[in-house]
Amino acid sequence: MNLEIIGISVLWTFLFGYIMIGSIDFGASFFNAYSLIVEKQHILTKIIQRYLSPVWEVTNVFLVFFFVGIIGFFPKTAFYYGTTLLVPISIGVILLAVRGSYYAFETYGARGHKGYALLYGLSGLLLPASLSIVLTISEGGFITMENGAPVLNYWILFTEPLTWAVVLLSVTAVLYISATFLTWYANQAGDTEATRLMRKYALLWAFPLIITAAGIIVELRGHNPDHYEKLMNLWWMFALSFILFLLTVWFLWKKRNYGSAFILLVIQFALAFFGYGISHYPYLLYPHLTLYDSFTNNAMAISLIVAFILGFCLLVPSLYLLLKLFLFNKQYVSGK
Amino acid sequence: MINEESVFYSRVLTETTLTFHIIYATLGVGVPLMIMIAQWVGIKKNDEHYILLARRWTRGFVITVAVGVVTGTAIGLQLSLLWPNFMELAGHIIALPLFMETFAFFFEAIFLGIYLYTWDRFENQKKHLLLLVPVAIGASFSAVFITIVNSFMNSPQGFDLVDGKLTNVNPLLAMFNPAMPTKVTHVVVTAYMTAAFVLASIAAFRMLTGSKHVYHKKALFFTMKLGLIFSIATAVIGDFSGKFLAEYQPEKLAAAEWHFETHGEAPLIMWGMLDEKNDIKYAIQIPFALSILAHWLPGAVVTGLDQFPEDEIPPLYIHYLFDTMVTIGMGLVVLSLIYWIGVKRGWAFIHSKLFLGLSVLSGPLSLLAIEAGWWLAEVGRQPWILRGIMRTSEAATTNNQVDLMLMLFCGLYIILGIGTIVVMSRMFKRNPVEQELKDREMEKGGVQK
Repeated sequence: MNLEIIGISVLWTFLFGYIMIGSIDFGASFFNAYSLIVEKQHILTKIIQRYLSPVWEVTNVFLVFFFVGIIGFFPKTAFYYGTTLLVPISIGVILLAVRGSYYAFETYGARGHKGYALLYGLSGLLLPASLSIVLTISEGGFITMENGAPVLNYWILFTEPLTWAVVLLSVTAVLYISATFLTWYANQAGDTEATRLMRKYALLWAFPLIITAAGIIVELRGHNPDHYEKLMNLWWMFALSFILFLLTVWFLWKKRNYGSAFILLVIQFALAFFGYGISHYPYLLYPHLTLYDSFTNNAMAISLIVAFILGFCLLVPSLYLLLKLFLFNKQYVSGK
Repeated sequence: MINEESVFYSRVLTETTLTFHIIYATLGVGVPLMIMIAQWVGIKKNDEHYILLARRWTRGFVITVAVGVVTGTAIGLQLSLLWPNFMELAGHIIALPLFMETFAFFFEAIFLGIYLYTWDRFENQKKHLLLLVPVAIGASFSAVFITIVNSFMNSPQGFDLVDGKLTNVNPLLAMFNPAMPTKVTHVVVTAYMTAAFVLASIAAFRMLTGSKHVYHKKALFFTMKLGLIFSIATAVIGDFSGKFLAEYQPEKLAAAEWHFETHGEAPLIMWGMLDEKNDIKYAIQIPFALSILAHWLPGAVVTGLDQFPEDEIPPLYIHYLFDTMVTIGMGLVVLSLIYWIGVKRGWAFIHSKLFLGLSVLSGPLSLLAIEAGWWLAEVGRQPWILRGIMRTSEAATTNNQVDLMLMLFCGLYIILGIGTIVVMSRMFKRNPVEQELKDREMEKGGVQK
């Protein structure tokens, strides 16, 4: 295995990490806001806050890790994506900033402002949409080179069905992942009412999720046949992912094994996410940029990998401690 | 291919973001150390007041951390969004410290979460102290790594440019560049100093507004003492920074000091103004001081601006920034020294309204000095983004929508700034220290009975 593959695998894994814990975070804030509107807040707010409080900052770091890492391993991405993505990413950053700060303001400062909670919930849906644009653009066809600099064509981007298919998928996935996780979490806490409500949401979002996921594959066939073909070569990964999806829904339906249901969900998304990633190989931005022509020099690649391994030795035990103290601590989860 | 408007707006947006971020980042680096020391003193002296000090500071700290994190994410992404050409080049050479910074940040985030939510889970205060160590270390090390990136921009090394192509990249050599030792230490120590004075301001403010509680007296003495130590350290390192500049970035020092002609026995110019002919008016000149600042010797020759082509000279207004920074720094050394001696000797006037008022100003002033220092350092390396290698104008994005983004981000910072002030003042007004001490005693009393 060469250094390029190691680099992108590490980054892809971190992006996956961000997508999972970010989804829980985004979805949780949406459900929280929704429960405010339908006046079921007393059921959900406590359980959601108890989960989010100690981890919201860590969630953010996963994203920072990914974008710093990709510039480190693949500096040319800064030129292509940096120049073209100014507007969508800036909007994403502003939404993130509003989220992060208001969460802190609300939790540690003055509690209970309804308007903020709604804003916070809404941003939970807008964020995945603004960030998922990057995935669409990487499929190619939206960027043209003018005078040696890349330019993003918004008109083509916004009229392309693929864009909207990706946006829809990201939103439904966020809601489904979050609801399934919170079902398990509420169940851990012994909070039957919250469990019941979250289970309902999880089942509700399972169907749209699978429809939009299938929609992407159809859209991709028309938009980037090359990629579609590679995707089909990995059909077994997606098939396996689909089977796991059915299992998760089955457990949720039967009201049992919520823990296993969530683990299956993680594996299901991992299979689909890595299947998609592998089929994208070797392009970072179709057809302008590949892994190989954007890779950093050897000396930097090696030192980054060394730094990564050392950093990981520090991170894994600390993350373990965090999870042990909060996520897997029955007393904390049930609010004692 | 250079887009003048985008270059201009990119600079303004970066400057705005950093100016806003630095307030929170500086406190984010300095305050955890103060909390840690307070917790430690509290345990050692078995004094409830210091533990409470640590707790209350932490509560406010969380708010600053939150805003620091989100604005830090903003500047992190803006580097690539606004300066894509620079990041493409720099990514090849300086990605390592950037990457390490995220690890330090990760480390801090994890332990801060644990620290905040285990308040009442551990009976033993020493366990709390142990949790604070990684928070303080993580905070300081993110400052170290990110300042290394900045110092590289001031004195790039660790690679060869042959016909526009990079070869022989050495990431470690790039990290340990000549600007690194003085820059990193100066940034870290001024962050400690600023945090100490900001916290001193709060204590002084409460005393000024009428609270007679011994808690505030202890807090003021504690933070002033720390402020004295760190401000002296700042001055010493500042002197070394001057010597670094004389050696490696003489144009920055010359512009900051209005040193137009190269000559020996150079005087240091304090304050003053420039007229249209670049003659200096109303300034105080300290003989030989610039030569001493630059090279230790009163007679040493200091390079002047005459040695540089006109389009490589930084703007001359950085002199005012230099003056602001140095004057405030020196003023705070004097203020905290008088306070410290005053407490030891029992001078009454250090409890006067005037002196307390000055102490209240110390926090905002040190933040102002931080800003002035950063503007000086950054504007002082214009027109370069990588000194001697890449001009700022070549590094900026060609995207035409930077002005729109500038407005959006300004709106964001205004909201965040107001939010911070409102939330913080509510937090502490609703729960003054007297009340919290009473509550804690009640809790304890209840348990013991």
